[in-house]
Amino acid sequence: MESSKDDPIPLVYIGVLMLDSRFIDKHVRVIFPLPAVLFVSSLMIFPVLYTLSISFTNWNLTSGLPGRFVGIKTYLAILQEPRFWAALWRTLYFTVLAVFIETILGMIWALILNKEFKGKGITKLFLLMPMVSTPVAIGISWTLFYEPTIGLANWALKLVGLPSLKWIADPNLVIPSIILVDVWQWTPMMALIILAGLAGLSIEPVESARVDGAGPFQIFRHITLPMVAPVILTAVVLRSIDALKTYDIIYAMTNGGPGFASETLNIYAYNLSFSYFRLGNAAVVLFFLFTMVMILSYIVARMRTALEN
Amino acid sequence: MTAPNIRQIIFRNLIFLRGGTMKKRFITALLMATVVLAAQAENKTIRVLLANHPYADVLRPLIPEFEAKTGVKVNVESYDENQLTQKLTTEFATRSSTVDVFMTRPLQEGKMFYRNGWYENLSSMLKDTKKTPSNYSFEDYSVSSVNAVTYKNDVYTIPLVTEWQVLYYRTDLFKAAGLQPPTNFDELIAAAKKFTNPSKDMYGIVSRGQRGAAVTQFSSYLYNYGGDFITDGKAVINSPAAIEALKFYGNMLKQYGPPGVTNMSWPQGQALFQSGKVAMWTDASVFLGNLTDPTKSQVSDKVGVAMFPAGPKGNHPYTVVSWGMAISKQSKNKDLAYNFLMWATSKDLAIKAMIEKGITMARNSVWTDPTILAKFDKQLALTAVKIGAIGTPYDRPLMTAVGEARDAIGDVIVMSIENGGTGDIAGASNNATKKVNELLDAAGELGK
Repeated sequence: MESSKDDPIPLVYIGVLMLDSRFIDKHVRVIFPLPAVLFVSSLMIFPVLYTLSISFTNWNLTSGLPGRFVGIKTYLAILQEPRFWAALWRTLYFTVLAVFIETILGMIWALILNKEFKGKGITKLFLLMPMVSTPVAIGISWTLFYEPTIGLANWALKLVGLPSLKWIADPNLVIPSIILVDVWQWTPMMALIILAGLAGLSIEPVESARVDGAGPFQIFRHITLPMVAPVILTAVVLRSIDALKTYDIIYAMTNGGPGFASETLNIYAYNLSFSYFRLGNAAVVLFFLFTMVMILSYIVARMRTALEN
Repeated sequence: MTAPNIRQIIFRNLIFLRGGTMKKRFITALLMATVVLAAQAENKTIRVLLANHPYADVLRPLIPEFEAKTGVKVNVESYDENQLTQKLTTEFATRSSTVDVFMTRPLQEGKMFYRNGWYENLSSMLKDTKKTPSNYSFEDYSVSSVNAVTYKNDVYTIPLVTEWQVLYYRTDLFKAAGLQPPTNFDELIAAAKKFTNPSKDMYGIVSRGQRGAAVTQFSSYLYNYGGDFITDGKAVINSPAAIEALKFYGNMLKQYGPPGVTNMSWPQGQALFQSGKVAMWTDASVFLGNLTDPTKSQVSDKVGVAMFPAGPKGNHPYTVVSWGMAISKQSKNKDLAYNFLMWATSKDLAIKAMIEKGITMARNSVWTDPTILAKFDKQLALTAVKIGAIGTPYDRPLMTAVGEARDAIGDVIVMSIENGGTGDIAGASNNATKKVNELLDAAGELGK
C-alpha cells in the first residue's frame, strides 16, 4: 500500500470504520429498510406535505413574489368557486360510472376466460393491448374517432342507420364519451384481477351445489360471486383511485372542454397551476382530491375486512 | 447470522478498490478533465427556447451555421406556445432558470414578465454600437410594433412576427357561385349559408370555438361591433356591443360551422380547410403557407385571402406582434445571448422567412422591397397594406392574468355557440366581466 496522502477518499474511511465496528450488527433493523424509507419519504411524503404547506399560501407565479401564509383563506375561496364544485361532481360521476361499467364487463370477461376454449391465449393477448397502450396516444386516436365530420364513430353510426352524434364536442356527451375510452382501456385490468380470483377458488362448493340441482345463475349468484367478492372489491378500489385521478386521456382529448364540460378536479388543478399560475389554489384542489382518495381507500378497506370475516 | 457475511463481502470489495492505484489515478485524471471541459463548454454555451412556430422552423436548421461562425454551442428546446409560457414562468418564478434567449408572446405574457423583471432591458445594448451590428437597424421596426414591446420607454423584446386576422376562402366555390369574397358581416353570413350542406359534410365557415383559444379570433368580431375587452381598466365584455358580437359569433358558428367547433382551435380549423370541408376560415394571417402547401392541403391551388369583413361599426381587425424574442434577466451569458438575438432577428433571416415560408415578419423593409414582395402572396400583401391604418393593436385583454381571463371570456363564447347565439348570454358575460375585474383587481390593474 502507498502513502496515505492521496489515498482513500474520506468517505471510504468512514465506510470502512462503520463496517469494522459492530455498527451494522447492532443497527441492521434500521439500516436495511433505510433506502426504502428514504425513497418513500423524499418522493411521496415530502411532496404531499409540501403541497399541503403551499395550500395555506397565496403563492401566485404571475406576481413574481413568494407565497404569503394566508391560513384557510384559499380553502374558503375554493369552496365558494362554482367551477370547483362542478369539477368535483364531474370527477365523481366519471369515476362511479366508469368503474361500475368496468366491473360488470370485467366480471363477464373473467367468467368467459375462466372456461377452456380454443383461442383463449390469443383472446387474452388482444384483451391486454389497450392496457399497455400510451394514454396520450389513446386520447389522440379516440379524438380522431370522435371527430363529428370525418370520424370513425359517426361513420359507424351512419352504417347502422343511427343519427350522428357530436361526442366530445357535446357538453352532455363528453363525459360518457371519455368514460367509453376509459372502459375500453381498463376493463382488461378488471378482468385479469377477477380472473385471478376465480382461478384461486376451490371447485368443491360449486360441484356440490350442482349435485344439489342448482342452475348456473344460482351458482354464480350464491356461490361464485360471494367467494370472489373480496377480490372484486380490491379491483374496484384500485380502479377507483386511478379513475379519480384520470388526467392524461382527458387532457389529450378535450383539455376540459368544450367550455368546462369535462373539467375534472385534476384538470382543474392543472389549469390553476400551469395556465393561471395560482399554485396555492391548485394545492387546495389537490388536497381535496387526495382526501377523497384516502377516504375511499379507507371505506373499501373496512368493507373488505367485514366481507372476509 | 447473515449480517457479518455481508459486511465481510463489502469490506473485501472496498480493499480491492483501494488497491487499484493506477486505475484510480486514471479515473481521477479523467474526472478532472471532464470537469475542466464542462466548465469551458459552459462558457460558450447558451440555452434557447423556441416555440413551435413557422419562424422557428426557419431558424432551427440555420443554427449550426451560427455555431460554426461564433464557436458558441446553442442548445435549442422547442415547445407549444402554452407549454412555453408554462416552462418560462415556472423557471423564472423559482429563480432556477438557465434560459438565455427565448421566444415570447408580448400580448400573452409581456405584462407579467416585465412586471416581474424577467425580461432583460435591451435599450442600452441596442444603442451600443460595439454590441449591435451596424447593419442591424432597429429603426426598421414600425413604431406600433416597438410600442408593443416597450415598457416605460425601454425595449424588452425584439418584435419578430406580426399577424392580423384575415378571411381565407375557397376561390373555386366562390367562382362557381358567382360570389365575391364577403366585405361585411351580412355578406359573410349569406356566403356561409350558401356553402353549408351538412349532408355532404360541407360547412360555410369555421373559426375558433375552443374556450381560451377562441378569444383572439373572436376579438375582430368584437371590435367590428364596436365592443372591446377592457376600457379604462375595467372589463366591458358585458357591454351591449359585446353581447351583440357574442350572439353573432355563436349564431354564425352554430348555423354554418362544422359540428364540434367548440373543441376547435387553429389546428382543427386548418385541417378542415385543408381537407376541403369548409368554404371560409377566419384566423391569423400566418397560416396561408400551410393552406397552399400541396403536401398538406387538398385545396392548395384554390385558396384565397381577403380582408376580414367589416361589421356594423366599421372594420378594425386585430393586427399584433404575435411573437418576439427576448433575453432572460437571469441569464449568465448575456453577451452571447445578445449575439444570438442579433443574428436570429437579423434582416437576412427576416427576408428568408418571408420568401421561403411566407411568414409576415415585423420589419418594415421586407414589405417595401419589390424583389421580396414579388415572391410573396399578392392578396396577403394587400391585406397587410390595408390593415396598417385600421387595425387594433391587440387581440386579447391586456393584463397580467391573461390566461385565466381568456378562459372566463372563452366560456361565454362556447356557451353562445352551443345555444346558437340565444339564451342568457348577458348573464354569462356579466359573470365573465366580474371574473376579469377580480383578476385585474388582484394584480392591481383595475381602473388603470
